[in-house]
Amino acid sequence: MTTSMLGEPIARREDPRLLTGQGRYLDDIGHRALAAAFVRSPHAHARIVDVDVTEALDVDGLVAIYTHDDLEGRVGEPLPLLIPHEALTHGRTPYALAKDEVNHVGEAVVMVVATDRYVAEDACERIRVRYDFLPPVVGIEAARDAALLVHDDVPGNVSAHLVQENGDARSAIDAAPNVLELDLAIERSASTPLEGRGVHARWDADDHSLRVYTSTQASTSVRAALAAKLGLPPDRVEVIAPDVGGGFGVKIMHPWPEEVLVPWAAIRLGREVKWTEDRREHFVSATHERGQLQHVRVGFDDEGRLLGLDVTVWHDNGAYTPYGIIVPIITTTQLLGPYKPGAYRAEFFSLYTNTVTVTPYRGAGRPQGCFAMERTMDAIAEHLGVDRTVVRERNFIQPDEMPFDHGLTFQDGRPLIYDSGDYPATLEKIKKLVGWDDFAAFRSEARAAGRRVGIGIGCYVEGTGVGPYEGGFVKVETDGTVVVATGLTTQGQGHQTVFAQVVAAELGVPIERVAVTTGDTRRFGYAVGTFASRAAVMSGNAIAIAARKVRDKALRVAGEALEADARDLEIVDGTVRVVGSPPGAPGTSIPLATVAVLANPLRYAFDREAERATQFGGPVDVSKPPVAEGDSPGLEETGYYSPPRSTFANGMHAAIVETDPDTAEISILRYCVVHDCGTLINPRIVEGQIHGGVAQGVGGALYERMVYDDAGQLLNASFMDFLMPYSTEVPVVETDHQQTPSPLNPLGIKGAGEAGVIPVSAVIASAVSDAEGFAVTRMPISPSDLHELRLRHSSEGGPAR
Amino acid sequence: MKPSGFAYHRPSTVAEAVDVLAEVSPAGKVLAGGQSLVPMLNMRLAAPAHLVDVNRLTELAYVRVDDDGGRRTVVVGALARHTDVEHDAAAHAALPLLREALRTVAHPTIRNRGTTVGSIAHADPSGEMGAVLALLGGTVELRSARGTRTVAAAEFTTGPMETSAAPDELVTSVAFPVPEGRTGTAWTELARRNGDYAVCGVGVLVRLGDDHRVVAARAVYVSMGPVPTVLDLTEPVAGQDPRADDDGWAAAGRLAAWRLDPDDDIHATAGYRRQLAAVLTERALRTAARRATEVAV
Ligand SMILES: Cc1cc2nc3c(=O)[nH]c(=O)nc-3n(C[C@H](O)[C@H](O)[C@H](O)COP(=O)(O)OP(=O)(O)OC[C@H]3O[C@@H](n4cnc5c(N)ncnc54)[C@H](O)[C@@H]3O)c2cc1C
Repeated sequence: MTTSMLGEPIARREDPRLLTGQGRYLDDIGHRALAAAFVRSPHAHARIVDVDVTEALDVDGLVAIYTHDDLEGRVGEPLPLLIPHEALTHGRTPYALAKDEVNHVGEAVVMVVATDRYVAEDACERIRVRYDFLPPVVGIEAARDAALLVHDDVPGNVSAHLVQENGDARSAIDAAPNVLELDLAIERSASTPLEGRGVHARWDADDHSLRVYTSTQASTSVRAALAAKLGLPPDRVEVIAPDVGGGFGVKIMHPWPEEVLVPWAAIRLGREVKWTEDRREHFVSATHERGQLQHVRVGFDDEGRLLGLDVTVWHDNGAYTPYGIIVPIITTTQLLGPYKPGAYRAEFFSLYTNTVTVTPYRGAGRPQGCFAMERTMDAIAEHLGVDRTVVRERNFIQPDEMPFDHGLTFQDGRPLIYDSGDYPATLEKIKKLVGWDDFAAFRSEARAAGRRVGIGIGCYVEGTGVGPYEGGFVKVETDGTVVVATGLTTQGQGHQTVFAQVVAAELGVPIERVAVTTGDTRRFGYAVGTFASRAAVMSGNAIAIAARKVRDKALRVAGEALEADARDLEIVDGTVRVVGSPPGAPGTSIPLATVAVLANPLRYAFDREAERATQFGGPVDVSKPPVAEGDSPGLEETGYYSPPRSTFANGMHAAIVETDPDTAEISILRYCVVHDCGTLINPRIVEGQIHGGVAQGVGGALYERMVYDDAGQLLNASFMDFLMPYSTEVPVVETDHQQTPSPLNPLGIKGAGEAGVIPVSAVIASAVSDAEGFAVTRMPISPSDLHELRLRHSSEGGPAR
Repeated sequence: MKPSGFAYHRPSTVAEAVDVLAEVSPAGKVLAGGQSLVPMLNMRLAAPAHLVDVNRLTELAYVRVDDDGGRRTVVVGALARHTDVEHDAAAHAALPLLREALRTVAHPTIRNRGTTVGSIAHADPSGEMGAVLALLGGTVELRSARGTRTVAAAEFTTGPMETSAAPDELVTSVAFPVPEGRTGTAWTELARRNGDYAVCGVGVLVRLGDDHRVVAARAVYVSMGPVPTVLDLTEPVAGQDPRADDDGWAAAGRLAAWRLDPDDDIHATAGYRRQLAAVLTERALRTAARRATEVAV
């Protein structure tokens, strides 16, 4: 059972611990720590005139109050712009505590440290900040009009403007026999993990070292950022991601103001300090995503084949650009999906608004791109009177055209080249799964009963596993357990299971013996982070490479002990044995644990394993050193995987919806997914990722929006009014897999983490349009929105289906 | 999201409770199930200096059906949880509207803790139980160190989250009169997510005469105004046969939509709410009228 581990749908090994409350999340750490709380701006745009702390000073239990004036050295400088880009000509990042100006409701202005969070909030309440109001810029239209500016020195509110072009799209469209234009909009949503952010820091003055626990997706990067900010040697800073209750992108943003301030205060005060974010803080001071306006112009032939595609995107980046312009770059490159666009031109404006900053949320710009492309495909089908799947198929990149070069630059700065994929096969599967060809009959039946139903489809291609690299460490202990470490972090994906599966398969050991550690800089110092569906591809392959090296060494050492050729040996169930030898035959096998002992020449025998090892100790060659030159003691290796470029997964979703003719309620009757992420390490985990992704997609399609008023107040900053779907709102997801291995990595895998969310808004828009007989162009759509749309279309005299 | 400091009192009898309330008045606040109050404390939207926890007042943990010479009332004590009311067999037999409406109040875990009286005392214009009480013309019993008084539902709720209860008064119970004669009731609502407060909710009561024709129809609405709005919809449906597919039901729905004056909010436009009022009223009236025909008198 050990060697066929890869591809097995085994149950998640972490679940018994997590589901029985044994998880250790940030707030479970450091009960004696001082608590931090923040006074945050109640205004969207204002100048800070004065901070008066007098009334707070006599709060019993207050320890410290800090404003920007207190921040020394680099702590007082703006936070880093993590991913610069030449098109990002006007990047701006916030200060850890606002200096002179606040640019969104929720921006941290004052930090309070007290004996507990209750007291800290009491003190916050008594601090008076005087502001001079500035008129806020709210919404993409206002930002684009630029009658008012977010940052005085950023003309037009434009942080970045980028045009990418392959061929002469505008001429191709002008020359095309058919031309359509679409105006589309997607509203804001957010990652909304159940566990918010949180940081705990402990300074050891004797050791001159800092240990930080943080609910992050990138512990090694947080370490580098903290060392730089606080002026500490990186070697004296340890950063650990404990159990993390969800990230979905928001926790790849770092260092947060609080992530810098809490350790800074811990050093300054010589006390443990902790900050656990509450839900309101998360809504107004973490990050959001998704908000875009789009204009599409497309030219196509009479068969529906694209001749030219010209897309303009106005992307709302919020108040600052700490994470660069990854999101609109992804939107404008991943928009292409499985299609050949003909000539393509994509232009985006990334715009400042006085609202919460935008950084990647699961899908990271892809849902918006997919929405633009798939709405366009449906519009073409409608225009020509051709089935929607037929138009798509006519535009597919064919398997024999792989690798396919789009002539553009992807988010990682590398060429946008699809490595593999069989789109016609995926389409065939999704049509079969949802019963596309039988839908007309179902619709007639439903209509006869006074019901309104519609079917929709959406296709996507997702660049996954972006570099630059990840590493893996694999070590066989002398008791036969295998410890594995990788630097990237885990937020519930099931890494303890899949990485262990990889090691069990590569090394030939029972999975029960494999223990995996992630996101702990004490265990592995080089890493990038968990985002962009990259963990399995990057760390999975790095760990596989490390495991193969361990295996090679184990066979060499065992070969010496058994006086056999390493090539004649195999590892089965944690035992090295001569291939084909009868089980138990003397001198033909040796436990891996013993090999681990032999690999480490010891002076002292202190346990049974060491004693047992001595029986294999042959005559000693005293002319050689016990550890040969170039060799190292022990059975442990480190491996790195660095891909030439991203690997491209793909998938297609289809849904059947029903809309109530009177109440405009929208129900999803069926939701089907066919998904291709290359070779599957564990189909059950991939399905779990898809289900979670679809759930978030349904949220984005039917429920979630960030409702800002004109003053820049977020009106629904709680789970009462921000409508994250409950399990009762999420449909049963029917899945089927397609496996087109990636030629780019040893395991042939592609990422799966974000896929589920990408096409959902496109699919639901397609299905609702089909049910209603008019095109839905803005998402999400609520029953109230649908009701208003119906009124508009019936007054325009459009037919209702 | 941590409350500011408060003194905590946990009386074990009603008499003790009203004494404490009198002592700390007007700085006291009753804590029942805490499902509405605790979030308000955590967000510091309320910061009472004293909390009087009534969860030990077991004498108020009852659901009862009183019969006063054939006039029946379902009486719910202040410590009866929504769940207790929902699952009480006698209350259900006397007044099925209670269970039907309660099933749309939040989720089971919240109903296990939240009290029906607390929800009426909280006077959220989206709260179903206050609306049911208003529809049936029920009463609220209040007690303080000064004495006991009974207030009609319509006088109790004075505005959104506002009641005529004085700061030293404890609501000890509410009484839902069981409608007499050949009457049927129904509750229907539309919420954005399962268990959420309604975008529009309607409860109706239809009474038939001995000839099985409609003699009275009344409706109450939640989330359609500052307080539960009761409308008399008899006129368009008077004399109608519940089994016939008359268009009086739809006319009643239109009348209700016309008489209501809801607001836009982040979940729905006023126009959509009116549309829902029309549709849901029609649906609820049909259901209630059909149920009325099944009542044995
Ligand atoms: C997620 C969620 C969803 C919900 N959805 C709904 C819904 O759809 N419909 C709905 O109706 N409700 C809903 N609720 C509210 C729920 O019904 C509450 O339980 C109820 O409103 C208050 O009851 P409680 O016992 O929890 O009162 P508490 O929260 O303890 O008190 C609420 C208020 O009433 C006062 N009070 C309570 N009891 C008394 C008394 N005996 N005398 C005087 N004053 C008193 C308190 O002082 C306080 O001001 C929801 C709650 C949650 C958390």
